[in-house]
Amino acid sequence: MNTCTCAPELKEKEKQDGLKELKDFIKTGKQLHDKQGALMNVLHKVQEIFGYIPREAMDVVSEELCVPTAHIYGMATFYNFFSLKPKAKYQIYVCKGTACYVAGGARLLERIEDELKIKLGDVTPDGLFGLAITRCLGCCGLSPVVQVNDEVFVRLVPEKIPGILDKFRKMEKKTK
Amino acid sequence: MYKMIEAKINGITVEVKEGTTVMEAAKKVQIKIPTLCKHPDLPPSAACGLCIVKVKGSNKMLRACCTPLEDKMEITTNDPDIVEVRKTVLELIISNHPNDCLKCGRNGNCELQSMAADFGIREDVFGKFLRDIPIDSSTGTVVLEPSKCILCGRCIEVCQNMQDVWALSFLERGLDTRISPAGDIKLSESPCVKCGQCSAHCPTGAIFEKDDTQLVWDALKNQDKYCVIQIAPAVRVAIGEAFGATGKNLTKKLYALFRRMGFKAVFDTNFGADVTIMEEASEFVERFVHKKSELPLITSCCPAWVDFMEKFHSDMINHFSTCKSPHEIVGTLSKTYYAEKAGVDPSKIYMASVMPCTAKKYEITRSDEMFASGYQDIDVAITTRELARMIKQAGIDFMNLPDEEADSLLGDYTGAGVIFGATGGVMEAALRTAYNLVTKKELEDVNFVNTRGLEFIKEAEIDIEGTKVKIAVAHGLSHVEEVLERVRQAKKEGKEVPYHFIEVMACPGGCVGGGGQPYNVTDSLRLKRASAIYQDDKEKTVRCSHNNVYVKKLYKDFLGKPLGEKSHKLCHTEYKARPIYVR
Repeated sequence: MNTCTCAPELKEKEKQDGLKELKDFIKTGKQLHDKQGALMNVLHKVQEIFGYIPREAMDVVSEELCVPTAHIYGMATFYNFFSLKPKAKYQIYVCKGTACYVAGGARLLERIEDELKIKLGDVTPDGLFGLAITRCLGCCGLSPVVQVNDEVFVRLVPEKIPGILDKFRKMEKKTK
Repeated sequence: MYKMIEAKINGITVEVKEGTTVMEAAKKVQIKIPTLCKHPDLPPSAACGLCIVKVKGSNKMLRACCTPLEDKMEITTNDPDIVEVRKTVLELIISNHPNDCLKCGRNGNCELQSMAADFGIREDVFGKFLRDIPIDSSTGTVVLEPSKCILCGRCIEVCQNMQDVWALSFLERGLDTRISPAGDIKLSESPCVKCGQCSAHCPTGAIFEKDDTQLVWDALKNQDKYCVIQIAPAVRVAIGEAFGATGKNLTKKLYALFRRMGFKAVFDTNFGADVTIMEEASEFVERFVHKKSELPLITSCCPAWVDFMEKFHSDMINHFSTCKSPHEIVGTLSKTYYAEKAGVDPSKIYMASVMPCTAKKYEITRSDEMFASGYQDIDVAITTRELARMIKQAGIDFMNLPDEEADSLLGDYTGAGVIFGATGGVMEAALRTAYNLVTKKELEDVNFVNTRGLEFIKEAEIDIEGTKVKIAVAHGLSHVEEVLERVRQAKKEGKEVPYHFIEVMACPGGCVGGGGQPYNVTDSLRLKRASAIYQDDKEKTVRCSHNNVYVKKLYKDFLGKPLGEKSHKLCHTEYKARPIYVR
């Protein structure tokens, strides 16, 4: 059994291309008053290029901006936006805000865990689905809600979960 | 000129310079404000929240460590409200700190423990939310126990800013915040240079020296072993602090102590320092007078600095003195020269060393040259703090011991040998001998006071019979870069290098401020320790290494001449570039 809880690593070629793009970005980026000030911006770019912050990218950033790796690592683990593991293609966020929680959000979470056979915070071995919780999405009137990438599913009951997951699986097949 | 301001703390008028914090101002009028994160060495981090005080006109309590005193401010540092808040803060800190005191490395000198005692903490009011983070003892020098960390931030400040190593940082946030090398790797795979300043500043048992005392006890018990020991210069002026005496040179009591503990021979690292100087001063003369190799020559007695250089400044390897540290030289000589003279089987000799330093634990197996005698030259290195524990275990009334002398073959030292323990000391000792090597004359005044003191970068020009020798002394690793950069710049531009000789010690103050020294070090304490060392130098009749009778004997009977074949084999080492992160 594959025990890895991350999405599959990027292929070597993709990674090298990404690193090149990153270096170009840093070189051509507009001059900030100091190199350290550019770090946040650059990390956003890394997340955008790779979908997470790979160690190799940290080394490039450290070298180009003259910022110690320990500092970059501290920052990358501090902010929720950054991820150190490859993120899934379809990131599922189950709302655990008060209204959704009262309306049964926790049961949705349990069902998704059962269906995908992964735990909160993990990614399926094929890299398709990742599971996380989120706080209030601002549509409490429609609770409980689940968001998958940019799409929001409202007034959910656990029975609807398999259908939603299938929808994304089918979408994936089509694109292939 | 600074502007002076006047304020009232607990009704007492205090006049201080503008910019002074409330905590510092309070200290001036004998008011102690409790804190677990502010260390006199370091800027405030405002992390712990224990130092809150009331300020008249403000509706919230402010942190004294980072609040500058203002003119006409009225401060209350203590009342029942404040005590209650402080107690709650303390209870919250303790809520994720294990109650492991009895088996903790800091039992008896933990700042959190004594604070809990002062505030009469008797129960876990908030329950326990312990963090399960594995212990990291991978470096064999300092042990990281993040579950005991109270997130004060001292080690981070020390590692990143004081030492510029950046091995440790805070990862994650909120309840998950922890101290760790980047990437949750082992400390041994991180940039850590083992200086141990983190362990000397940690208020709790989250970072402490790896305890090797049992190894020493076991060796002493082993009838088959011939146990010998050496002490570093900085240990003798700091060990007293564990027994209530500051700034006292206890060399002779230490010699007596070791014999009582069962050591068969007692040596002194200072003797090794004299040998180091013979080699290093000769090396300098080779480069400076005979132009055999590049200038500047950079000292290499400090293993944390060596590690730092190998990781961050490996382009400077050619400039490094290949001479081993005094510590290692005494180790090698004990299993060769001493073994031969005393008729002891070197395979039976067990060499223990007491060092002010955690990196010395790393140095003893750093490279193949640390086995030059055919055995591991030093079997175990313990710190001053570990020795203090051993003295207590041994049940010896240390402070009242009679004075004794060392075993002279590797024990008699000069004033030049002892000043190795303070920043600038190696430089001064080397200059005393280099002068003699160049001019064949003796100095009238051996004191090079320009190299002394706690200024982070010291520069001077020394006149050796009309030739100017330009030197620089740096301590605290964050100050090295500046010096090296000047050298690099000059080399790049093809100009004459700005220095001929550079001394670096990793810890602020040099070895007297070492990472294995007793806790609560401040600059005033560093100066006290250093002045005890300089006093020892002053009182010595022989103050230059080349005049040490036993050093002369060593070269005559055994080593031959400095930089000769035998001394090259036994007293020199090599360096190589090492990766900052091991993958």
